[in-house]
Amino acid sequence: MNRIKSFFQDVYKNRVWLLMVLPGTIWLLLFSYLPMFGTVIAFKNFRYDPNGFFASILNSEWVGFENFKFLFNTNDAWIITRNTVLYNLVFIVVGLILAVFVAIVLSELANKKLSKVYQTGMLFPHFLSWVVVSYFVFTFLSVDRGLLNNILVWFGVEDPISWYNEAKYWPFIIVLTSMWKGVGYGSIVYLAAIVGIDKNYYEAAMIDGANKWQQIRNITIPMITPLIVILTILNVGRIFSADFGLFFQVPRDSGPLYSVTNVIDTYVYRGITTMGDISMSTAAGLYQSIVGFSLVLLTNYLVQKVDKEYALF
Amino acid sequence: MWQMTMMTNHNSSQPTPLNKGDAQIQINQPNRESKRKKKYTPHGLSGFPNLIMNILLGTFSIMCIFPFLYVIVISLTDEKTLARNGYQLLPEIWSFEAYRYLWQMKDQLLQSYTITIVVTVLGTLVSVIMIALYAYAISRKQFKYRGFFTFFAFFTMLFSGGLIPFYIVATQFLHLRNSIWALILPLAMNAFYILIMRTFFQRSVPESILESARIDGASELRIFVKIVAPLSLPGLSTIALFSTLGYWNDWFNALLFIDEPHLVPLQSMLMKIENNIEFLRQNSLAGGAQNDLLSAVPQDAAKMAMVVISTLPIAIAYPFFQKYFVNGLTIGGVKE
Repeated sequence: MNRIKSFFQDVYKNRVWLLMVLPGTIWLLLFSYLPMFGTVIAFKNFRYDPNGFFASILNSEWVGFENFKFLFNTNDAWIITRNTVLYNLVFIVVGLILAVFVAIVLSELANKKLSKVYQTGMLFPHFLSWVVVSYFVFTFLSVDRGLLNNILVWFGVEDPISWYNEAKYWPFIIVLTSMWKGVGYGSIVYLAAIVGIDKNYYEAAMIDGANKWQQIRNITIPMITPLIVILTILNVGRIFSADFGLFFQVPRDSGPLYSVTNVIDTYVYRGITTMGDISMSTAAGLYQSIVGFSLVLLTNYLVQKVDKEYALF
Repeated sequence: MWQMTMMTNHNSSQPTPLNKGDAQIQINQPNRESKRKKKYTPHGLSGFPNLIMNILLGTFSIMCIFPFLYVIVISLTDEKTLARNGYQLLPEIWSFEAYRYLWQMKDQLLQSYTITIVVTVLGTLVSVIMIALYAYAISRKQFKYRGFFTFFAFFTMLFSGGLIPFYIVATQFLHLRNSIWALILPLAMNAFYILIMRTFFQRSVPESILESARIDGASELRIFVKIVAPLSLPGLSTIALFSTLGYWNDWFNALLFIDEPHLVPLQSMLMKIENNIEFLRQNSLAGGAQNDLLSAVPQDAAKMAMVVISTLPIAIAYPFFQKYFVNGLTIGGVKE
């Protein structure tokens, strides 16, 4: 009795703070925690019930792991997992190399005004939506009017390439587009870290006669290595989730390209548009969430091993 | 933008006149030296490597802007020229026909613009208020349950129910289908921003100031509005900027929830117009009969004109907000 009383006293004492977190808490409950509860439909055969959300979930038939069995028996599960993981691995490696390279060069250019201009240019794509970017890509890849085919014709190539039907080019196109949009953004954090390095190191190195390359190799890169490690490990933790817009908008949802552009996120989305697959899509989503969650925990554990300071929790 | 870069940047140590830009710096040198004598940075390539790197980064940054300029050129190309020559860098015949055509169907366009602006403004307001209140509460030691509520937000970063349950909750439970709130609410909160803001509040709002205000008898909400908010303006405006961009560029929620034309935002309209025109064009290629009718419409140029019109506000505002964006990215860590 006393404990209940003191609990309510505490709540009353904290009422201002509780009032402040109330709107956010309601939002989190509705848009984050209720869907978590909704994942039970991955274990059910989902049927819409006119009586609303809870009725739909409760009245759907329980099928256990059937949806998962079915999902992993299809070829799709393998393809979407492979695509998601491989693309993300390439993004992590190539993205890291480019971002660090750009950051170092930006910090080393003699003309700082020009360096700022370059940064402004490179950051621009980050602010465009994938819809707009897909149009940009289309101006290059359009079969009859695109710039690339125009150039090919100009070089005397007889039949133009039907870009949106040929899967073999798309791994490159996807990676190129992703890098084009993301390198400027990715380099910001590294650039900030490099600018923050104590200038005395470089002065001492210069007095000792170290050239630019030696300075970069022995000062700049070691100084930003912790940041590189942490950001990379965090990215590895997200390796199971793909950028929906990149894989949905840029290939223009073209069927012949699914073998190389279908990722877990697009697969799950298509479950909404093609009715009946909803439970299996939920299963795919849950599979993604659980593996992603485990990966974040694992990578955070690794970060703790490297440097406690940088661990997320 | 030029002045902005002057203010934030360091002098180079040993400029060598290699290209136009470098020559400029030498001319400016006395003036800038006198302004900021103490600023000195050891960074600065010289000679040939500097030239190579300038060319490399210069090319890449031009490549980053090029598609936008290219789309502008296409939108200003005569439709018949497009049909004959494809998308050219320098068209044979220029034409404003596409923009005239868009002006004819301006009702839908203005409607979409209005929706996007309303959603962006309202959404940014709602999300900044919600995020700031939540983050402020969990940043204060007086709040007994701050640990719980921090975890409550943080956990949503680690685990999510996935798209389909979210979709079912939004449509069946909250009935957001074809409501403007479907475009606003799903983006309103973000655990990541909450944690950034919490760190920001902890760093930039010293407890001593709040203490003296409390002694003067000010209520917590009053303190928040009168003292905390002005003090944390940089943090708040960063979150506002992030969420403004998020709302402006959002098409995903419209894709999920919006069918009615009068609620379609700009980005989503861009997607729809693509499908419609492409569909018409393919049909006309097969049928042939509609060809004359359709060739009167500057389809391709109009599409690109739409892209230009919906991107222009961002492109124009970009030089002004870029600095704040870059600063904002490094404003606060997620960790306590």
